[in-house]
Amino acid sequence: MSDTTGKRWHDMGGQDAGPICADQHDFALWEKRVDALMVLCSGAGFFTVDGLRRALEDMGEDAFTTMSYYERWIASINQNLIETGAYTLAELGQRMDEIAARGPTYAAAQKDAGADGSDHG
Amino acid sequence: MPHDHHDHDHNHDHGGLSPSGHPFRADNDEALTYWQRMEIAVRELMIEKGHLTADQVSAQIERMDARSPANGAAVVARAWVDPAFRARLLADAGAASREMGFDIGPLHLIAVENTAQVHNLIVCTLCSCYPRNLLGLPPDWYKTREYRARAVREPRAVLHEFGLDLPDSTTIRVHDSTADMRYIVLPARPPGTDGLDEDALAALVTRDSMIGTGLPRTP
Amino acid sequence: MAERVRVKAMMPPGHVRTPAYLRGKTGVIERALGPFPNPEQLAYRLPAPEQPLYRVRFTMAEIWGDAAERPTDTLDAEIYAHWLERL
Repeated sequence: MSDTTGKRWHDMGGQDAGPICADQHDFALWEKRVDALMVLCSGAGFFTVDGLRRALEDMGEDAFTTMSYYERWIASINQNLIETGAYTLAELGQRMDEIAARGPTYAAAQKDAGADGSDHG
Repeated sequence: MPHDHHDHDHNHDHGGLSPSGHPFRADNDEALTYWQRMEIAVRELMIEKGHLTADQVSAQIERMDARSPANGAAVVARAWVDPAFRARLLADAGAASREMGFDIGPLHLIAVENTAQVHNLIVCTLCSCYPRNLLGLPPDWYKTREYRARAVREPRAVLHEFGLDLPDSTTIRVHDSTADMRYIVLPARPPGTDGLDEDALAALVTRDSMIGTGLPRTP
Repeated sequence: MAERVRVKAMMPPGHVRTPAYLRGKTGVIERALGPFPNPEQLAYRLPAPEQPLYRVRFTMAEIWGDAAERPTDTLDAEIYAHWLERL
């Protein structure tokens, strides 16, 4: 929902909203890796948590409803790393294609996935 | 609503339980997604370019896994039994946590105490700021629109949903973590706990009681 | 006596950390938290001089008026000095 008054979608305090869903999921390995990338890359000076938040906000409200929390985070981490020149879009695109060719599951797509598809990464 | 996997019910024996005792989500064996490919690509590129090592990534995951509400519970229990520690905790919760040996990094931590007159509730309306370096990763509900929108406007209705109703004589004090501070609630020690040792007291301290959406258990 | 302040009602787009529901509201400074680099500049990779940060306390009545659940419940938020006007 666009707002002509300058209030942005992420600024949620006081909005009407329904009951709070208390469901909890356990974090997948790939999500923990995203979290680790956030801590390590910000610690190494590639971006600040402020830059991370800014990129998340710039994604717009659709991202909040269609992407999971860590999907948005890896998108934001990548946005920040691209902006700072850590790697290029071409390098990223090329690598993502290579990864897709490695196998159909997260485990199989690791660089040194064993013959049994186990994850040594 | 944020995308989630709650309607999946998988049974995999690919070894290793998550620290909560539940199996990892089945993502390892589900179809590889665009964002998972991005995570792998980003990690590999950053390692190949010498900005990170695989060991650092693993070590950071382990570091984060070691952080859980049990750490906060230990801090709370010590404050319950040791008045001088309690004073130090309320003056500088970061220093007090480090004093107990917890590796909380650069966290600016503030402890706010519940009394008969005041009950504290923590939220981050703008994103999902949380004292993760002490308590571990926040619960999913803490990051939802529903919690972030309503906690600042109708905290009593929110607490009622969590099963907590406070008397009108208690003031609710909501903290919106908008900047660099992170908050942990120091819940009041439950009645009937005289004579319990620190470990037994810590076992009563729930994660929700340190966010403010619950009270500690009673023995 | 705690210093009364009003949050500026301006509504710039972009990364600011002053929630919209507090714009134009009056509270009291609960404590000074010290200087921190301005997140509005950090977010865009700009040099970020430190700004004083304050914890400001508002009553629910001030924020929500008649819609407040309990008017004397309070809300604390951390607001940077450049968003506050002294009263």
